[in-house]
Amino acid sequence: MTLNLDAHIPEGPLADKWTNHKFDLNLVAPNNRRKFEVIVVGTGLAGAGAAATLGELGYNVKVFTYHDSPRRAHSIAAQGGINAAKNYRNDGDSIFRLFYDTIKGGDYRSREANVYRLAEVSNNIIDQATAQGVPFAREYGGGLDNRSFGGAQVSRTFYARGQTGQQLLLGAYQALARQIHLGTVTLYNRTEMLDLVLHEGRAVGITTRDLLNGEVSSHSGHAVLMATGGYGNVYFLSTNAKACNVTATWRAHRKGAAFANPSYTQIHPTCIPPADEFQSKLTLMSESLRNDGRIWVPDAEADNRAAADIPEDERDYYLERKYPSFGNLVPRDVASRNAKTVVDEGRGIGPLNNGVYLDFGAAMERFGVDTIQERYGNLFDMYERITGENPYEVPMRIYPATHYTMGGLWVDYNLETTVPGLFALGEANFSDHGANRLGASALMQGLADGYFVAPTTLAGYLADWLGTDPVPIDDPAFTESHTETQDRINRLMSINGTHTVDHYHRELGKVIWEDCGMSRNRAGLERALVEIPQIREQFWTDVKVPGDPNGWNQSLEKALRVADFMEMAELKVRDALHREESCGGHFREEHQTAEGEAQRDDENFAYVAAWEYGGEDIQNDAVLNKEPLEFDNVSLTQRSYK
Amino acid sequence: MSNMLNLTLKVWRQDGPDTAGQFQTYKTTVADDASFLEMLDYVNEELIEADEIPISFDHDCREGICGSCGVMIDGRAHGPQKGTATCQLHMRQFSDGDTIEIEPWRAAGFPIIKDLVVNRAAFDRIIESGGYISVTTGAAEEANAIPIPKHAADAAMDAAACIGCGACVAACPNSAANLFTAAKMQQLNMLPQGQAERYTRSNDMVERMEQFFGSCTNYGECQEACPKEITIDFIAMMNRDYVKSQLVNRRRLGEKKVG
Repeated sequence: MTLNLDAHIPEGPLADKWTNHKFDLNLVAPNNRRKFEVIVVGTGLAGAGAAATLGELGYNVKVFTYHDSPRRAHSIAAQGGINAAKNYRNDGDSIFRLFYDTIKGGDYRSREANVYRLAEVSNNIIDQATAQGVPFAREYGGGLDNRSFGGAQVSRTFYARGQTGQQLLLGAYQALARQIHLGTVTLYNRTEMLDLVLHEGRAVGITTRDLLNGEVSSHSGHAVLMATGGYGNVYFLSTNAKACNVTATWRAHRKGAAFANPSYTQIHPTCIPPADEFQSKLTLMSESLRNDGRIWVPDAEADNRAAADIPEDERDYYLERKYPSFGNLVPRDVASRNAKTVVDEGRGIGPLNNGVYLDFGAAMERFGVDTIQERYGNLFDMYERITGENPYEVPMRIYPATHYTMGGLWVDYNLETTVPGLFALGEANFSDHGANRLGASALMQGLADGYFVAPTTLAGYLADWLGTDPVPIDDPAFTESHTETQDRINRLMSINGTHTVDHYHRELGKVIWEDCGMSRNRAGLERALVEIPQIREQFWTDVKVPGDPNGWNQSLEKALRVADFMEMAELKVRDALHREESCGGHFREEHQTAEGEAQRDDENFAYVAAWEYGGEDIQNDAVLNKEPLEFDNVSLTQRSYK
Repeated sequence: MSNMLNLTLKVWRQDGPDTAGQFQTYKTTVADDASFLEMLDYVNEELIEADEIPISFDHDCREGICGSCGVMIDGRAHGPQKGTATCQLHMRQFSDGDTIEIEPWRAAGFPIIKDLVVNRAAFDRIIESGGYISVTTGAAEEANAIPIPKHAADAAMDAAACIGCGACVAACPNSAANLFTAAKMQQLNMLPQGQAERYTRSNDMVERMEQFFGSCTNYGECQEACPKEITIDFIAMMNRDYVKSQLVNRRRLGEKKVG
């Protein structure tokens, strides 16, 4: 253990910590804010929210996205909704209950103080988005509508049809556009961060590549905020957008930022099963569908009759059977694992026997087709476009797919990483979801970090640097990073091997999915630790990146990203191997209850595993640091959704 | 189970904004379960392995929501299936033996970057000119303080569904961006929160739009091409608000009744 993992959790009772902390933090006065340059990387909910808010406060902000427009960030694809503790339904919700559900849903592997703050600001997010004109669903009386989501027994999820992420992101994007118009924020689009620049141990800038002309550039600032998303595409097939990647966080990790809990990955239970090996990505069907859809498989193995021909008494509604109180609304990890179990038993359905049914027959009988169409119409249409099957007539086929990554850069209560001046927001950090994220909580966390947390805590860091200039970009700190980045590009371009980048990405994905996916065991993880370095070696000797590095080159963009996935994958498996317990999305087959549920080991593993970069031999060089998790406000129980 | 399709592709290849482009012909065989972009992925894998430069195209989420993708397929923006972005178009919409012509969006407001990739920054400039409600983070009131009739919220959502892909511009004989601009503007103009800036927004967004794009002459091709099936009713509403914005004495805006 060589890192200082002081989380800087404020003193005082849980409910007062954030209020007290805001008062205790140093401030930057309005007339001084324009003296600071702040770099924000990423324009999803967290990045766009932070950049817009910092611009409003009066800082000079530079915001970077590899997309053509900030509005394309992958937050846009979130369908189902966003949680908040408004208790508009009068069903007993509260900030404490949202906090409690999130801690429990995360299987007691997240930090109490951070999660409580998340629940606390959740209500402000709904107010903010509504004021921005986000068209949340309404009831006839004009008030905001809510629905329920997995892992909760209250209705606290706000939504905008099946496009909640899109609408919230456009709200943040439009707030950002206003600041760009006012000149407080400068937008660098089609520009990808390829390295973090450190000066005397703190983050002072980034090295980027302009995707249009290939130019490698340096950008300097007083602080760097990374809101660069998760690493789900390490699996190749996931519900993430194609460009989602780990490069920004991995490069920061290589420069000293600890990477926390890389093994924690969420496998979303309701995605469309793969159809063939040419598949480029998997499509998620919102979890909200589980409100009205019933999940089942046939009782018999390899029962290839059409769904309609299988009589009611030969169907196994296995979630309702095993978890009577939560039924189809058990948390995502539980739903996913159970789907894997029944498919592994040979009871999978569909042409490849690789799915389970999500059936709306009963709901359409109860509420009528019109109501179901109003609730889920766009999702049903999407399903039909992809599969060619009409879900109003035949049940949907679903199967779990990688969706979200709970691990990420280690941050303290201020969202600052182990590198001073480097902050990580949204999915890029590890802080709020423990070992499993509840549905409709990703949007909440992205916006909490972006709108409310980081803009406040950043001042506490910046206040110390008042009166200093950003480090000039001709400083060796910048020129060295520039040279290293250019060398990495040149090296990839000069290999000129035989296989494409996608070929190697797919190979990596197969290993990780097989051995470090929904369920893991020692033998598989050890096998992966042998295979991943081999694939990485082959990639670096035999990959083929065509075209010119000094211009538009989508193959090179991918190659740089996949190269970093190769390294990160090894750390992910290393972390999964060391965690000798099952918790949330991390299910170790050696550690389960007699009933096949995840068995935590709170005595030995109630900590955050924060890995420190040690060298190129990732699995042997990485250094484990532990931040013990203390629970003063909830008691640790075995999760039960029965 | 999937069927295999033998296809001839005529794809627009162009090195850069200032170079001439031309169609190139490729032959490929793909399963009809593949998406249109997976078909292009497959062709690109073959091109790379044959030491050729792959076809550039914009794409990201591949679930029809990010708006990154979009090409002209046989002369139709996003291809033959109504209400479907290119990434969600699947090859079962085509037949064995088909020849498919693939081109970038064609509009002066969207200069070509490379092959099928165009620059749609003009859309961002339109939003920056006024496509927002000016509310500083933290300054919002309680969300349920303003009741909004369900029908109004639903209509705002119909407009807000726009993914900013640019198909409306590509489909328009005049390369007009009225459907995009109207959808973005009317989402806000229809809501109570959007009233304070309604007429400045209407004026500013229309004038910015006209710097980049052609004029609308009500062909209606845009709503046919829109992957989110946004209707041109919003254009009529935008025109009304724009005309009003020219008449309204802005100092007296606060006296106007909402709606």
